[in-house]
Amino acid sequence: MSLIEIENVYKSYGQLEVLRDVSLNVETGEIIAIIGRSGSGKSTLLRCINGLEPIQSGTIRFDGEQVNALDTNLRQLRQKVGIVFQSFNLFPHMTVERNITVALTVVKKVPLVQANEIARNVITQVGLADKLNAYPDMLSGGQQQRVAIARSLAMSPKLMLFDEITSALDPELIGEVLRVLANLAKDGMTMMLVTHEMGFARNVASRLIFMHEGEIWEEGPARTVLDSPKTPELSSFLGSVLV
Amino acid sequence: MLLRVVPFKPAQVLAISYINFFQGTPVLGQLLIIFFGIPLFTGTEVSAWTAAIVAFSLFSGAYLGEIWRGSIEAIPKTQWEASASIGLSTIEQLRYVIIPQAFRMSVPPTVGFWVHLVKDTSLASIIGFIELTRAAQIMNAATFRPMTVYLTIAFVYFLICFALTRLSARLEKRLRVAN
Repeated sequence: MSLIEIENVYKSYGQLEVLRDVSLNVETGEIIAIIGRSGSGKSTLLRCINGLEPIQSGTIRFDGEQVNALDTNLRQLRQKVGIVFQSFNLFPHMTVERNITVALTVVKKVPLVQANEIARNVITQVGLADKLNAYPDMLSGGQQQRVAIARSLAMSPKLMLFDEITSALDPELIGEVLRVLANLAKDGMTMMLVTHEMGFARNVASRLIFMHEGEIWEEGPARTVLDSPKTPELSSFLGSVLV
Repeated sequence: MLLRVVPFKPAQVLAISYINFFQGTPVLGQLLIIFFGIPLFTGTEVSAWTAAIVAFSLFSGAYLGEIWRGSIEAIPKTQWEASASIGLSTIEQLRYVIIPQAFRMSVPPTVGFWVHLVKDTSLASIIGFIELTRAAQIMNAATFRPMTVYLTIAFVYFLICFALTRLSARLEKRLRVAN
């Protein structure tokens, strides 16, 4: 059994089909990079996996449990699947520490002392140990994004989803966030990331998926796919991003 | 406010009519309707005190409900998503993430409304309720010193409203209004 099993998923917003017959299995420990033009359905696919978006047909199973069933306990599922967004989405009225501990104490009922301990561990992991008592608006974009990663890590998820997490950052801040990702990858975290960082995808991802018009157009080992695209769509896409 | 957001059409229609009526008519008219209208249709007398309380409560409800609803709806959808994706239930999302931010945002308009309300209470003198303005009229009739009397009560209104505004300013500072 794979960690994620996606079978024949269709999703549309009204008339617009955003996912068309998408099937994909992801094994524990894999690092999947998803690339494609905007509007190709890559972010939507990620958001479907943790139940943020409903699908019209097909099935998505995570860890053997169906995500898109009526009786799915999304609350439990989301403790096992972390997601980090392009726009950080930290809670502006809470300190960094509270951003990280709120789900631990409220959802997992971890005692505060222990939750603070966990917060210290994960914030150290992303290299911001001195920022525990800062508020999000006192941090740079790169730092905020690292806090968002720490917030997800605190729940000890089995899978991390990253939705274009460096796209809103100034170029000089991208490196620090990618370094955190690379470390996570080294620690064996299963990850799916939608990204435009081709160099990062090539070096870190174990598998690369190219999405086009709502379909998985090409997939395979990252280097192979990037070096020898099989379809004209991928060639032209790579041509436009790797100037 | 709750009726306005529940996904049940008649409740929403009811809430919207209520809000439109009380926002769209002068509070003076509402006072008169309640004070004179209720006895006319039901035959039970309404004291000036009761009429004033009822009218101002309904009036405030219509405004404050909309202020608070607006504040909650002004919190970006991404805050709901972020809190959902770390496992919080809808109630917990409201309790820990949405309402604390909406509360901050609602402080200035809420206090602004209160200041108006304090001054609007002077309208209750029209139905014979002895509030500040009515008391001043009575005192003026006894003393024939309009400037002294009215300036004094103007100052009392000012004190109440100024205190409210100051309180709000302090509250906003303490809550660090969210960006």
